[in-house]
Amino acid sequence: MVAHRIEREILIEAPLEVVWAVVTEPEHISGWFSQSVDIDLTPGGALALHWDRHGTRHGRVERVEPPHFFSFRWVVRPDEDVTEDNSTLVEFTLKAEGKSTRLKVVETGFPDRESFEDHSRGWDRELAELEEYVK
Amino acid sequence: MTAATAEVDELLSAVADPTRRRVLDLLLDREVATATALAGELPVTRQAVAKQLAVLNRAGLVEGTRRGREVRYAIRPQRLGAATRSLAQVAAEWDSRLSAIKRIAESVALDKQEEETT
Repeated sequence: MVAHRIEREILIEAPLEVVWAVVTEPEHISGWFSQSVDIDLTPGGALALHWDRHGTRHGRVERVEPPHFFSFRWVVRPDEDVTEDNSTLVEFTLKAEGKSTRLKVVETGFPDRESFEDHSRGWDRELAELEEYVK
Repeated sequence: MTAATAEVDELLSAVADPTRRRVLDLLLDREVATATALAGELPVTRQAVAKQLAVLNRAGLVEGTRRGREVRYAIRPQRLGAATRSLAQVAAEWDSRLSAIKRIAESVALDKQEEETT
């Protein structure tokens, strides 16, 4: 079966509340994800992940259900505004297992841009040809 | 954006559509098939299959060979392997992020425990 969905999980020896804080709070997010982050932790809230080398990846907070569920969308390419067509959905699920926490992440919805790719690809080609021409 | 990520992007986009994934699955199974044969096994028209095959062809995931009036399609294993590796790469990134979350959370938990006992 050709895959299109990513699912990973890990068992963490820390209580649910601690893992929730690490997953959702900006000072912790910069420790495991981007170099710095702006996040409005409410459904529909803006998310911006910054990397010195890769630029900014924008996103949108989708669901916030402490301390069990958190999801957001983020764009596939840097420096674009988030829409349904250019972003993937990332979902974190946290579950207590004794004194530990099982953290699962699922990333889905790798965008199918074929519908408008034809246009942009056409323009790319024309611009490349134009560049060749003016050299 | 580098050429490598643009390629990853294109391959992931090509397998984003469920019908295209079904077409790829069928082709993996049959090795070679025409659009008509594939449409016979899918709840879509021959035209729809032909359209998706064109997308897959553009992404380099399948190749067509003309035989009389029909075109027979086959998987290009190297490119499909590259698409699979692209997803594996995204999965590996999540593995390293989850490991980092684990490291941070366990050290925060340990600090809290020490605070409570002292």
